[in-house]
Amino acid sequence: MKYIIYTILMFCCFGAFAQETGNVLIKNATVITVTKGTLENADVLITNGKIAKIGKGISAGSDTKTIDATGQFVMPGIIDAHSHIALDAVNEATDPSTAHVWVGDALDPFDVSIYRALAGGVTTSHAMHGSANAIGGQCETIKHRYGVMDPNELRMVGAPRTIKFALGENPMRVHGEGRGIVPRTRMGVEQVFRRSFSEAKEYMEEWDDYNSGKTKVPPVYDLKKETVADILKGDIIIHCHSYRADEILMLMNVCKDFGITKLCFQHVNEGFKVAPELAAFGAGASVFADWWAYKFEVYYSTAFNAAILLRNGVVASINSDSGELIRHLYHEAAKTQRYGGLTDEEALSLITINPAKQLGIDDRVGSLEVGKEGDVAIFSKHPLSVYAIPQYTIVDGVVRFDINNDPADMRIDINPEDEVSTFFENTKHHDHDNCMRDAMELFTEK
Amino acid sequence: MKIINIAFAFFCLISLNAQQIAKSTYGTFLLKGATVHTITKGDIQADVLIQDGMIKSVASGITAPANAEVIDVSGKHIYPGMIDAGTTLGLVEVSSISLTNDNNEIGDLTPHVEALTAINPSSVLIPVTRVSGVTTVIAKPAGGLFAGTASLISLVGYTPDQMYAGFKGVVLNFPSSGKRGRRDRRSDEDIKKDTEKAIKNLDKIWTQAEAYAAMNKDKSIADYNPEMEALKLVVNGERMLMVEVNKKDDILTAIKWLKGKDIKAVLTGVTEGYKIAKEIADSGLPVITGPMLAVPARAEAAYDASYTNPSIMLKAGVKVAIRSDDTENVRNLPFNAGFAAAYGMGVEEALKAVTIVPAEIFGVADKYGSIEEGKMASLFVSDGDPFETKTQILNLFINGWNVPIESRHTLLYDEFIERSPGLNKK
Repeated sequence: MKYIIYTILMFCCFGAFAQETGNVLIKNATVITVTKGTLENADVLITNGKIAKIGKGISAGSDTKTIDATGQFVMPGIIDAHSHIALDAVNEATDPSTAHVWVGDALDPFDVSIYRALAGGVTTSHAMHGSANAIGGQCETIKHRYGVMDPNELRMVGAPRTIKFALGENPMRVHGEGRGIVPRTRMGVEQVFRRSFSEAKEYMEEWDDYNSGKTKVPPVYDLKKETVADILKGDIIIHCHSYRADEILMLMNVCKDFGITKLCFQHVNEGFKVAPELAAFGAGASVFADWWAYKFEVYYSTAFNAAILLRNGVVASINSDSGELIRHLYHEAAKTQRYGGLTDEEALSLITINPAKQLGIDDRVGSLEVGKEGDVAIFSKHPLSVYAIPQYTIVDGVVRFDINNDPADMRIDINPEDEVSTFFENTKHHDHDNCMRDAMELFTEK
Repeated sequence: MKIINIAFAFFCLISLNAQQIAKSTYGTFLLKGATVHTITKGDIQADVLIQDGMIKSVASGITAPANAEVIDVSGKHIYPGMIDAGTTLGLVEVSSISLTNDNNEIGDLTPHVEALTAINPSSVLIPVTRVSGVTTVIAKPAGGLFAGTASLISLVGYTPDQMYAGFKGVVLNFPSSGKRGRRDRRSDEDIKKDTEKAIKNLDKIWTQAEAYAAMNKDKSIADYNPEMEALKLVVNGERMLMVEVNKKDDILTAIKWLKGKDIKAVLTGVTEGYKIAKEIADSGLPVITGPMLAVPARAEAAYDASYTNPSIMLKAGVKVAIRSDDTENVRNLPFNAGFAAAYGMGVEEALKAVTIVPAEIFGVADKYGSIEEGKMASLFVSDGDPFETKTQILNLFINGWNVPIESRHTLLYDEFIERSPGLNKK
């Protein structure tokens, strides 16, 4: 009886966040650890969702699922530092600063994009707020546990908080051109940050004064300022949508002035121009492999961006920002071999350990090391080959994608009788405006 | 001191040159010692002689003519230049800036507007594309129902005439019964009505075009009517109709619509061809499909539907060419083909789908699409399989021009891999 009560109590306490974990033994594969070399004919054992052993001739009990991966390649589950999948809403495009909103309130575990990402070996993604506002909302790092019903179960509990910032055309277009308010220029964008940071600083001082008894009346609680104050305290990593070299330098200068060090630039198409400055600051850069020229601020781009950044000492990653690219990030990473001649390990670091560093989760995922979480992707060929086909994708030791067990009901059938509503024209065209989802609707009336 | 000045001037000259793309050169070139992937006649060890813009000879041990530039490519590979059977290259420079978009004229009946007129030979996107080994592309308008006349162009030259590669086709955006996008709030009923109305309109235009063609058979006697003059070429079978259609039901409707019309036609897009591959094969219509690197058009479609689509159609007996349907990233054509190859098509067939097959569809297989004596010298040298992501393209020839492997992207790399000045001004 006592035991049952304890069990019930345990479920009450941990039930909400208890993630399903599993045991898997992968046999006879080429194991690409990314951080500790590549092993031929090696095994990987995952126990209770964690990597327990990596080596040769590992055996496991009958409760462990065994995958014969002879001739296949095992790598860490791929991490996407910039996506908008699994989200019901992306842009709270109503104010140049919306630090108080959080995409974690709008998670959608039924988004089929999660499954498609798994089918490309991606186990973790950074579900981001859009780029309509200079200071956007807070983001959520999720694990691709496709099949869960509770949005909470997508969360990577314990991952550092992150927030979306945006520079350049998007906030200028939405607020300056669209609403006739600051910012309409890159000069204005800078001032949004300086004002927000300064006001948050004053807000913190008001609380300090109140808490130390210096003042008797507490300041009015303000979630927006609370959030920006957390950035100043170093509790939140800034992930900033950016393209041009000038604006990248601007944000680094603003951050220096306010003592902010946790900064990662997103897209950062002109990052190659200021790679030495990015390296000196210690800012990350999460880039497209080859997207360019779809808007003016990316006209002066080069697909060699990732290679230049990496070779100049910047922690660089390749991201998707797209429900399409997220399906083949392994191929996107391989493009750095065509454009810049990166080694296999350098190229793979761009979609594993480096995005993990940018999200502050590199102690848990991003490489195959004993003790890390059991997130693994298995490919038919070397994952940087265009002919590689993902075979299994495993999250916390649970197989979430298996190419040989891919029944139609893995996908959501909205209405099998309905021919009309489910077919979308133009899915074949890249949507370069994922970052502007929910924001462009504001302009359709015009 | 003088020497230093001269040296300095020379140095400046070099730096200046690094900021612009080197010139293409024309002449006699002998490529010695590569594996030649002819496409039509297997893979052979041979030399390739390029003269007067053409492939003069493909044989082992060719003796270099006196004026020839000999290029040692032993251990390397020669492939015919890839043909992208559907792009907006040259017509769109920066897609979000509408005034740089010359692909979408106003109106439903603009078959007479010519892509070739608006192609910008100096588009920054063109060198970025060709250094991937894509030498020849369809530049197509995308506007209304009859959107305009597409052109096949070679990616070398400074005037549209220099670029024109001998094929034109009229684009028909076949009425779609799919949703236009996430923001399309029309009900199923509304969509059905809209589609029926659009097909009625199409039929009406076509009836007019047939009547016009009959009345003006030998020479035009009617008043100025450029739209009908353009369609007359299609009705008479002199110009191909490129029918853009993607949804299963719409493809079937299009096949039915084309049946009995004695015209040259090709289906383009064909996203859901895999669902009705046999029906397409039975129609005898060739297909230009792509991109493979696209999300499936339905949430419930298999995750790899767009990867496997070309292979399923090919296996059912359809003649399949692959396109990127892109603008700034037409360079990803080989990767689209690579995915098609991996997901069932095989490398050999996928190679044909970006070389000889589109050349045959466009009626230019006597000039392009394979490495054979007498064809235009549009080919490239690589250090391996051009679909493999890490492969480097080493030499590029388009219509006999030796084109430098340079683009904005390579030039920026050269300038910034080791920036000078670096972090400190010194």
